[in-house]
Amino acid sequence: MSALLTARNVVIGALLVFLALLPAYVVLTGQFFPLTLFTRIVILALAATSLNLILGYGGMVSFGHAAYLGLGGYVVGILAKEGITSGFVQWPLAIAASALFGLVVGALCLRARGVYFIMITLAFAQMIYYVAVGLDRYGGDDGLTIYRRSQFAGLIDLSGKVQFYYLCLAMLMAVILIVSRLVNSRFGMVLQGSRSNDRRMQAIGFPTFRYELAGFVIAGMMGGLAGALLANHTDFISPAVMHWTRSGDLIVMIVLGGMGSLFGPLIGAVALLMLEEGLSRVTEYWQIIVGPLLLFVVVYARGGIQGALEHVPMRWNHLSTVMPSLVASIHVFPLPTLPRMRGRVGRGRLKDVDGRDKPGHDSE
Amino acid sequence: MLLVLEQCLNGLQFGLLLFLLASGLTLVFGIMDLVNLAHGSFYMLGAYFAATFVELTGSFVLGAALALAATLLVGMAAEVIAIRKLYGRDHLDHVLGTFGLILFFNELVRLVWGPAGMNLPLPPYLGGSVEIFPDVYYPAYRIAIIAAALAVALLLYLVVMRTRVGMLIRAGASNREMVGALGINIQLLYTFVFGVGAALAGLAGLIEAPILTAQIGMGENILIVALVVIIIGGVGSIRGAFMAAIFVGLVDTVGRAFLPELFRLVMTPAAASALAPALSSMLIYLMMAIVLVLRPQGLFPVDRK
Amino acid sequence: MTPNEWFTVADPLLQIRGLTKKFGGVLASDGISLDVPAGELHAIIGPNGAGKSTLIGQLAGEIDPDAGRIFFNGRDITHMPTHRRNALGLARSFQVTSLFLDFTVLDNVALAVQAHAGHSFRFWAPARSEPKLRQPARAALARVGLESRADVVCANLSHGEHRQLEIAMALAGAPRMFLLDEPMAGMGPDESARMIALLRDLKREQTILLIEHDMDAVFRLADRITVLVDGRVIASGAPDDIRADAAVRQAYLGSHEVR
Repeated sequence: MSALLTARNVVIGALLVFLALLPAYVVLTGQFFPLTLFTRIVILALAATSLNLILGYGGMVSFGHAAYLGLGGYVVGILAKEGITSGFVQWPLAIAASALFGLVVGALCLRARGVYFIMITLAFAQMIYYVAVGLDRYGGDDGLTIYRRSQFAGLIDLSGKVQFYYLCLAMLMAVILIVSRLVNSRFGMVLQGSRSNDRRMQAIGFPTFRYELAGFVIAGMMGGLAGALLANHTDFISPAVMHWTRSGDLIVMIVLGGMGSLFGPLIGAVALLMLEEGLSRVTEYWQIIVGPLLLFVVVYARGGIQGALEHVPMRWNHLSTVMPSLVASIHVFPLPTLPRMRGRVGRGRLKDVDGRDKPGHDSE
Repeated sequence: MLLVLEQCLNGLQFGLLLFLLASGLTLVFGIMDLVNLAHGSFYMLGAYFAATFVELTGSFVLGAALALAATLLVGMAAEVIAIRKLYGRDHLDHVLGTFGLILFFNELVRLVWGPAGMNLPLPPYLGGSVEIFPDVYYPAYRIAIIAAALAVALLLYLVVMRTRVGMLIRAGASNREMVGALGINIQLLYTFVFGVGAALAGLAGLIEAPILTAQIGMGENILIVALVVIIIGGVGSIRGAFMAAIFVGLVDTVGRAFLPELFRLVMTPAAASALAPALSSMLIYLMMAIVLVLRPQGLFPVDRK
Repeated sequence: MTPNEWFTVADPLLQIRGLTKKFGGVLASDGISLDVPAGELHAIIGPNGAGKSTLIGQLAGEIDPDAGRIFFNGRDITHMPTHRRNALGLARSFQVTSLFLDFTVLDNVALAVQAHAGHSFRFWAPARSEPKLRQPARAALARVGLESRADVVCANLSHGEHRQLEIAMALAGAPRMFLLDEPMAGMGPDESARMIALLRDLKREQTILLIEHDMDAVFRLADRITVLVDGRVIASGAPDDIRADAAVRQAYLGSHEVR
């Protein structure tokens, strides 16, 4: 039992308990903002987990994964605009569209190695961004409002914030489970082997291309699911969701949390978004801190938060990684007796990411 | 017919601009094996510096020269402080590290210059139109751009092909270790090359500023197009960057101008206007896809050891 | 020995005909022809720069020949991709250790087994619990003497153990023929002796094409030897004949005293 009680596992366990019980806090205090924030965190964590399959385990640095968020979201948005609001139709189509995109783009990108692969995934993702910008009928650059969330014939009501949150959380857990089985299966061994030493994989008899392509498609499909969830969460979809800098965010989450680990992307998503939330309340120019911080992590702390935790005996020595999130939590989770700060100090990236013009955030 | 000529000239101009950007990018990648996503930030800085210096000095030429110098300095500073920590690392590290730099520069610009963009008005001698053929007028500024960019391209060619520094650059591109073994001060060479790359990007930025206005984040979008150019041309190859840049510039400009027309010939106007904008943005990526299928190393690849 | 008899044997497993490869101005392979029958241990020796690596590269499928043909078990594999050659039964080891450093020793070999155990589009069951993969892997490890190190992470092995693992990986696919690229590279006398014993053991059941610098090992193990100089075969035959061949002595063996 004591072997399980590593710093890493304690953090993950505490995080999972926290995520499960969050709605209780929200309902008790009437502060809905944390729920909105964490629904978004959970959805992006899902996207990051899907990317981690091919990036952390497969060694394929795809800088275009946000394209699937956009694809999934636009399928939901376009169908909704055309009158098809059934989730039973929208969501499978979102996943199928992502699979198709992944298949075509993957087949082209995987011909390249190393940095060329990164650049080409980037280029194709940006291509689909421009396609969306050109879709005048569906809002183009301004985006498309979704007036009715995906309907599931009364099984679940997505407009209920708590219900929707738990759905997203369940989807995240399902995806993490799928990824955990995948990476340890025969298929996962091939992916990991290709990352470790592709030349050797060829030499022992593996036609690695087909497996890498399959991994690429699977990751894309899960990204598309995240896109469908995101569109429902924000009741809005715009090209900004799939700008290549959003793909960068996903990679940052993975690296921050610890690559090639199951819960790393979730930890990274929580850390990054909480950091942004917290910092944006302190200063309007918070990105000026995040930039160099990222560079610092890349140069000096490559293992991410998980890597740092691995070196922690049961004492919390690494306050540098915990501190920002703690500071952010104080701002995000006000004690019920303190008056809540309405509105925002500065332009927060979370809102601009969706391309909305509204200042401030929705604080219910 | 006139319209075609005008669009071709626009395409040429855009292509030359892309070349300025792509050449810096491919130089840095070829010699230091570094993917610099923040290359677009130097493009942006060039534009902002130019707007500021032109306003301060009142002279377009002086302001532009100062802006170039400033961008060169910022580039060299960035190399010394941040970039050199990334050499020899994983490409993922390069991408993430320079991504962090983008965030930093964007916010820095917002801090110094504010969130609204900056205008760079043209001096009167560059403002009007020039009669290039009888009854055919073309904006003087765009002609100046074409002339300036061609001059820089020629200069670059002469430096790379005819000088000792250029020889080192070409040697470094095909065999990095060898150059180190020759006893040249590699660190200085790298700083210099990075600075020159940044200056080229800054030049592209300040050239575009009068047309597009200086804006935060203007570098991100054009960076992708520059990447497409060097993929098509062959990474590390300046000649490839030149050919591919002209090609991409022409395809993109002419394509966007005439694709709707072409579509209208074969489908209803409604369908044409719905599809054309989306598809014309895809053109250059389709070109890239074709190159990847037929000749993955690019059209003019550098022979690497 | 006339030139025509140098390379032809009845019923060869591996047939190389006129293999030619040019790199810029350098002719790395100059019309190499060679036959290896099943069950033989055939050694290839030659001074540095003789073109041994280029030859292995072309046999393994990493280098594309400019001219010539390679037949393996009757099939033309000249331009076949590497993984398909391995599927046909041609396994290789690497001169510079090329392993999955972050995996355990057992995982390394199990991967090699997996490549020959049907397709890998299995997404759910953990590969590490499959006896079909683990048992042959352990058997291969036992064969090379590494079974006690099965759960050690590959990066933590000694150099000699890496070389042993290279052999185990090649064994794991139950190949028809081995291409061994300097298996003794960088080994001390004890480790070399162990490797020679292992190769002698393998020799009883396998066909081996051995590239080596260690003359001691070569003359103890080889059934036939081919000598490569400047990309060309200058002699090929039984070890005693090679020892006695004047051209070989002059070109190569002069500095190596072999009794």
